[in-house]
Amino acid sequence: MKMIPETEAELAESIAAATGPLHVRGGGTRSAGAPRGEILQTGGLSGITLYEPGALTMVAQAGTPLSEVEAALEAEGQRLAFEPMDHRPLLGTEGTPTIGGVVAANVSGPRRIQAGACRDFMLGVRFVDGAGTVVKNGGRVMKNVTGYDLVKLMTGSRGTLGVLTEVSFKVLPKPAFEASLVLHGLDAGAAVAALSSALGSPFEVSGAAHDPAEGGRTLLRLEGFEASVRYRLNQLTERLGGEVTVLEDEDSTEVWRGLRDVTAFAGTEGDVWRLSVKPSDAAAVLDRMGGEVRTLLDWGGGLIWALAPESTDLRGRLHGVGGHATRVRAKDTDLPVFHPEPAPLAQVSAGLRQRFDPRGILNPGLMGT
Amino acid sequence: MQMPTPDSAILARKPQIVARLQKVLAPDAVISEEAETRAYECDALTAYRCPPLAVVLPASTEEVSAVLRICHEEDVPVVPRGSGTSLAGGALPTADCVILGVARLTEVLETDYDNRFIRVQTGRTNLSVTGAVEENGFFYAPDPSSQLACAIAGNIAMNSGGAHCLKYGVTTNNLLGVTMVMMDGTVTEIGGAHLDAAGYDLLGLICGSEGQLGVVTEATLRILHKPEGARPVLMGFDSNEVAGECVSDIIKAGVLPVAIEFMDRPCIEACEAFAKAGYPMCEALLIVEVEGSDAEIDEQLGLILQIARRHNPVELREAKDADEAGRIWLGRKSAFGAMGQINDYMCLDGTIPVSSLPHVLGRIRDLSDQYGLKVANVFHAGDGNMHPLILFDANKEGDLELCEALGADILRLCVEVGGCLTGEHGVGIEKRDLMVDQYDPADLECQMAVKDVFDPQWLLNPAKVFPLDASESRRSLALAAE
Repeated sequence: MKMIPETEAELAESIAAATGPLHVRGGGTRSAGAPRGEILQTGGLSGITLYEPGALTMVAQAGTPLSEVEAALEAEGQRLAFEPMDHRPLLGTEGTPTIGGVVAANVSGPRRIQAGACRDFMLGVRFVDGAGTVVKNGGRVMKNVTGYDLVKLMTGSRGTLGVLTEVSFKVLPKPAFEASLVLHGLDAGAAVAALSSALGSPFEVSGAAHDPAEGGRTLLRLEGFEASVRYRLNQLTERLGGEVTVLEDEDSTEVWRGLRDVTAFAGTEGDVWRLSVKPSDAAAVLDRMGGEVRTLLDWGGGLIWALAPESTDLRGRLHGVGGHATRVRAKDTDLPVFHPEPAPLAQVSAGLRQRFDPRGILNPGLMGT
Repeated sequence: MQMPTPDSAILARKPQIVARLQKVLAPDAVISEEAETRAYECDALTAYRCPPLAVVLPASTEEVSAVLRICHEEDVPVVPRGSGTSLAGGALPTADCVILGVARLTEVLETDYDNRFIRVQTGRTNLSVTGAVEENGFFYAPDPSSQLACAIAGNIAMNSGGAHCLKYGVTTNNLLGVTMVMMDGTVTEIGGAHLDAAGYDLLGLICGSEGQLGVVTEATLRILHKPEGARPVLMGFDSNEVAGECVSDIIKAGVLPVAIEFMDRPCIEACEAFAKAGYPMCEALLIVEVEGSDAEIDEQLGLILQIARRHNPVELREAKDADEAGRIWLGRKSAFGAMGQINDYMCLDGTIPVSSLPHVLGRIRDLSDQYGLKVANVFHAGDGNMHPLILFDANKEGDLELCEALGADILRLCVEVGGCLTGEHGVGIEKRDLMVDQYDPADLECQMAVKDVFDPQWLLNPAKVFPLDASESRRSLALAAE
């Protein structure tokens, strides 16, 4: 059976009345781990509540399709700057991604390196905790330090602390033009060095990725007014040297959409991992992975996407290196999806979960235990 | 403003507590003579004062841990303190508390330009973080106006903003990791040079928690390369409404200035009298600043000026060189000093949706008339973070109370239009009792439950953020446990 409440009050009632585990989800396109329990879907809570382009703010019910949010923004020449990825190609899932799902999983794309993650754009949340109580935090203004920032805590908590019912977030103008500089033939170490040099320049790089396939393609994205983008392209070309080509407009957009959605690994066999590291550690981590693992670097080298033979423990390859590894796609369930936290933090996380969901019914098994 | 009655049992045990602290710290790092603790009796909210039981100035994370372990065992409340620049009373002591100052933790621990971060001890001042990287062309973006004095520890506790956060975000958007000591002395690392959390976003939770969840001793901060240049433009309008519309139109047009500052007539007059920046006498002034290369700046300013002209400005002034740019900023930067010259003032910090700007300014004018106290407005218009300055006379009986009542009404107005009580200063004690105007009991309960997890005895900065009656049962648990 599936529960699809139509209002926040109904959702609160369903949770209060629940007697067993609930598998909380938005559109179900980003499922992680092996959730169990009765499905509680937020799709019934749908619609944009408020959109003020002049204030760069939108408020939407959690179950609102992401496509609806993006279309409304597009009509005003704005966008979600954190560039949430679409997991469907990579995971082979179907369904309608929701804005609540994006927030619950803190989904951010290539622009995270410059503009920030989903969590950086979140202004407010309403949610129902594990006892069925409706809670709000934050609001719909860009600067707000009134009380604790539960907005950040809820973002990325994957429904384990509460079920989001409404989210408000900051949006940004969509630039008039984009282009990408492509450097050819760099190995991972040289690529990360080039990306770091570009990201450490005043030229506002909004995407910095490297695909080691086909001899190596290193990409840098620039966005803004056309004259400004061209000026910065020239500056960066001069700064970095070597063999370069330029992708403009749709060609650039297309490449970054592919990187965002990791389409290179779509429809493949094997497990997909996502590792977050210090960019300058990336080359060493890749060396440890061995020839059987195919990789892609984003975020200037700080995000490693890896396609590995089934049941390979890539988390182990981070030994002695700061960062974390998430197993995004896998058939078996032997290895934990999420990176274990060190003892004092694990204790805090467990404590928070116990407080927010005393009966342990919200997505049990996800994120820790 | 009410504070809890000090615990007489703690006051009676002062000699033992001080002796234990002296055992783990350098001799000059424990201050317990009343003449000396007085220096810590308040922060920048000077209307409220209370000397603490003792002050400690640890010089390392290990020493912070040792201090907290002792205070935890002795059930003594601890009030963490950065540089004491809080306008909200965030570092106000109680007579039975130990002030834990981070003033001796000022080292730069690591500078990494390839990965664009700096790791510092948190007693370091905001401006000196930029100072440590600027010769390589980098800077630390959050720029609260107290940046010369304020400590990173306080910036993290209050999630400080600044004039340039429209583009660069506030502290939480520029914080990558912390070393934090929990109340029981446990040292933890959260985040680091990599991005985003493996589990819950505890870093996001700690930033802005006003020193109630732990004491942050080290921070990894994002640094950015400075833009090639920046240039402001000044615009004058004959009404607040029109200036407000102009702000909204600029944002809608797809330009993202690095700052949009707004000043109303009372503020313009005061600044002009004080700094003589040559501002036009009009109802509302905007200072809009953009960044980039010269050509990029020209293009953006061209668009901004085109929009401004549609609103019939009484003045449009472009800065042709650094000197003129300096003059444009001069008045704005001296606004607070100018106010201080004329009167005592209280600075508010509510945020409103940008679209409500004209309405809120009109209502503030009405409230100001009603209370008979002058209010000048200077604020970050791009993000709706207002700083109404209420002028009063501290020597006049009842004026402070009147000023506080007007301030509370203005903040309630901010909440009423969909905004909040504080955009960048924090709740502290100043807005503690107004929290019920923004949050329902269930909302506050949920926040207090977070503190229960980090600090079950409610020993860290306990009388702040939450209304005293809402937190009373939790705070008295600590007393009962003795």
